[in-house]
Amino acid sequence: MILLNLCLALPAAAFLLLLLVPRSRPGWSRWSALAASLVIFAVSLALLAEFDGSNGGFQLETNIPWISAPSIRYHVGVDGMSLWLVLLTTFLTPVAVLISWRHIAARVKEFYAFLLLLELGLIGVFVALDLFLFYVFWEVSLVPMYFLIGIWGHERRIYAAVKFFLYTMAGSVLMLAAMIYLYNLAGTFDYGLLMADLVSGRMQLGARQESLLFLAFFVAFAIKVPLVPFHTWLPDAHVEAPTAGSVILASVMLKMGCYGLIRFCLPLFPTASRGNAPWIVLLAIVGIIYGALVAMVQPNMKKLVAYSSVSHLGFVVLGVFSFTQLGLDGAVYQMLNHGISTGALFMLVGYMYERRHSLEISAYGGVATPAPMLASVFMITSLASLGLPSLNNFVGEFLVLQGAAQANFTWAVFAAIGVILSACYLLWLYQRTFLGEASDEVKSHMFDLVPREWAATLPMIVLMVWMGVAAQTFLPSIGAANARILDRMQQGVVMDVKNTMPARGTEVARAR
Amino acid sequence: MSQYYTSVDHFVLVPAILLALFGCAVLLFDFLLFPEPRQRKYLVWFVALGLVFTGGALWRQQHFLSVQKIDSITAFGGTLTIDGFALFFNWIFLAASLIVALISYKYLETAGEHQGEIYGLILLANCGMFFLAAGTDLITLFIGLELMALCFYVMVGFLRGDRRSNEAAVKYLLLGAFSSGFLVYGFSVLYGLSGSTKLAAIRMALESRGASDPLVILALVTVSVGLLFKISAVPFHMWAPDAYEGAPTTVTAYLAAGSKAASFAFLMRMFMGPLAPSRELWEPLLAVVAVASMTVGNFAAITQSNVKRLLAYSSISHAGYILLGLIAGNDTGVQGVLVYVLVYVFMTMGAFLVVAALRRKEMLGEDLEDMAGLVHKSPGYAFLMLIFLLSLAGIPPTAGFIGKYFIFLSLIQTGHYVLAVIATLYVAVAIYYYFRIVRSMFISPLTDRAPAATSLGLKLALAVTGLMTLLIGIYPEPFLSLAQNSLLR
Repeated sequence: MILLNLCLALPAAAFLLLLLVPRSRPGWSRWSALAASLVIFAVSLALLAEFDGSNGGFQLETNIPWISAPSIRYHVGVDGMSLWLVLLTTFLTPVAVLISWRHIAARVKEFYAFLLLLELGLIGVFVALDLFLFYVFWEVSLVPMYFLIGIWGHERRIYAAVKFFLYTMAGSVLMLAAMIYLYNLAGTFDYGLLMADLVSGRMQLGARQESLLFLAFFVAFAIKVPLVPFHTWLPDAHVEAPTAGSVILASVMLKMGCYGLIRFCLPLFPTASRGNAPWIVLLAIVGIIYGALVAMVQPNMKKLVAYSSVSHLGFVVLGVFSFTQLGLDGAVYQMLNHGISTGALFMLVGYMYERRHSLEISAYGGVATPAPMLASVFMITSLASLGLPSLNNFVGEFLVLQGAAQANFTWAVFAAIGVILSACYLLWLYQRTFLGEASDEVKSHMFDLVPREWAATLPMIVLMVWMGVAAQTFLPSIGAANARILDRMQQGVVMDVKNTMPARGTEVARAR
Repeated sequence: MSQYYTSVDHFVLVPAILLALFGCAVLLFDFLLFPEPRQRKYLVWFVALGLVFTGGALWRQQHFLSVQKIDSITAFGGTLTIDGFALFFNWIFLAASLIVALISYKYLETAGEHQGEIYGLILLANCGMFFLAAGTDLITLFIGLELMALCFYVMVGFLRGDRRSNEAAVKYLLLGAFSSGFLVYGFSVLYGLSGSTKLAAIRMALESRGASDPLVILALVTVSVGLLFKISAVPFHMWAPDAYEGAPTTVTAYLAAGSKAASFAFLMRMFMGPLAPSRELWEPLLAVVAVASMTVGNFAAITQSNVKRLLAYSSISHAGYILLGLIAGNDTGVQGVLVYVLVYVFMTMGAFLVVAALRRKEMLGEDLEDMAGLVHKSPGYAFLMLIFLLSLAGIPPTAGFIGKYFIFLSLIQTGHYVLAVIATLYVAVAIYYYFRIVRSMFISPLTDRAPAATSLGLKLALAVTGLMTLLIGIYPEPFLSLAQNSLLR
């Protein structure tokens, strides 16, 4: 319990600490950011020891009042889904620190400070069990990302940063309105209490009411996922962001949207979720195929990987809205897989950019000759990303497709096209960049991985294999958490209200 | 009423007496004790002393209310009322005056117009604000309003050598006088309808008349024009951008925060008091005004290149947000208005303080481009400005979000769903122009290398505003309960 709070307190403390490091000593900033992020990772690993994977409910909870008059509580906890997302965040932050070591040469201190603030926001989003708190963290994560893109990005960075910020804000303000509406009905922002009210029928939503609330939440999350047609901010943000920004954005930030869908949309509004599922699934499948096709024709490596994210996250949404145990498990697992393999792809593209200073595919070719290790690592990552059995993505995609097939076989057929297409664009990318005759420029610029880069890459490769062959490490706890959500969708058990009921806001009664 | 000036009357009036006494004394001391221009900065401490004494008097009143467990003290036969509401606003006024006094000497010195009168005017304006928050009689309220406004007309035009400042003062004076005319006309109709200038008596008279009486409508419309002008709500906002831009930046801060807060206190007294019976008439009217203010304020701000003008338009949109709390009208809404005004005073003053710090001898420092690369030059100012802007935009965990949250909550509680959705969507619009400043400060390269101004007073003022903006955002509990106890019923 104390550990989970430490996971929030340490990034905040590290952020403040970094602000005190003298500006003239960039080395100090780097090392303290690395040390801090490693400590946070270690603390989050310790969560695993305290966590009981067979229990699908929330664990390691802290629930204390924050504001009494409109009853808002500092209520945090993790279940089998959010635990892994927290770990993904804390794992990728030191990686992001490492890959920015050379890449970020200007305003180093601010960069790492914003990175740690971002970590705080992201962890907060995954552990908050109070809607208000969730919204606070959701917004907290926006500002540092705006700066990461806007300050350290490429040429069109300002446009990309503003677009990213405005898209997300436009969606999330409506979500805030919907949250306040729910609060007005239930007198609480607490996730567990809301759920209990809904299950017991103490709070009943009319069909129109539910579907409007669902849409307000859904649009906020769909923009973040991003689901076609809300995806246009993503390629811009990715292409313009610095490498570490792209990695965190793709690996963790997009998961905020997926997480929100599973955590809030499904269990809070089960009827509306089912009612709206057909067109959402349609959009997801369109996203899978459209993303893959657009990725295929990109001349820019980062844009290619960005569109591949659109395609991969279509699988996640498909899995979620199949409403089957397999589909949901696959979706959550795919969230983690995508975090690792696409994060690694962005990282490797970043390595190439640092050497050749170009993101254009045409500037490369034959890189395998001067940099064989980089080529092998890139190959493994591509294979993981395209879903080769025994590597991580295969498990996720397989589960999603199986779940989708259980719900509707046609969905699975169309979604499977995406798997084939992903092999096309990734292998073709590999062929054009790494194979063939190396030009003089490539030979003179490209060199193989250095130890620091190995340090960031190797853990990712290990995880790709581990998650591919030993999915049992992860799936049982994910499954237990998802089973609860599906139960709720079938109007089953009362979700997790084992802790004492906190007082509701009394002012709601008075206000009426 | 055998006695004209009872001890209760005195007890209630002490803060105003202190403010007026210190205000006049400052004017006197200015040339008696400190004939040298560079000595004038000692007047700041004198002002601070006056404000501390006033604070003590207010604290005694607050203490008396809580010990005696009574809601209000009435004095002068019902023309002045000290209740939680009046005290809440008076604390805000004191804070605003103190901050303005702290930063004025450096700014005005740089601008070459450091005259001792400014301190007298600050205190006298504060005295007017006292009557606006505590007055429950049309005459008292009007005198308070004019006392405050007259001081501001002079302060806006304080930079005598600057044509913009002169223009702003004349514009503000003419339009202000015009709007006061409307207000007094409305007051005369109210008096004609009720035969009394006391708010409570007027309320009873209007209740018995019914809302659809044409005279009531006439009074409502004219009074509203006067009040909406003061809070710079659309369509009576035209003066604000010019006055804000032309006035010395420290006065702009005072105008945007103190004057607006006082006008809102006045507006709440009127709409929650004598005009409350005709709510069905003014609610749609104010809703239109609020939406128009948010629309004009937010969209006009997008194209501004002068930071003071940009903040002026943003303050128009904030007036719209605050009005929404009144439209909702339940306890949460009134609490929302109080919290929002409190928060608004700190964040908006903070933002203007940073702009004031950029004023150098030859540099106005008011353009968006003057902010370029501020983070390289003065990271402290840049990060504080970021906090103020995030708060103005309503992004958690800053104070501005708490204010907006209460407004949204009250709208949803009272079923104003359309207004709630419009208000939330404008948050996204506002982000765009606030982040133009952020972009300039953090992303654009440094162009103007001359260091920003600094002084002890400025640092103190920035520390207070920055701390409050963060504190109310992160730990709002004490401020919320204070507002909860200060509701106007």
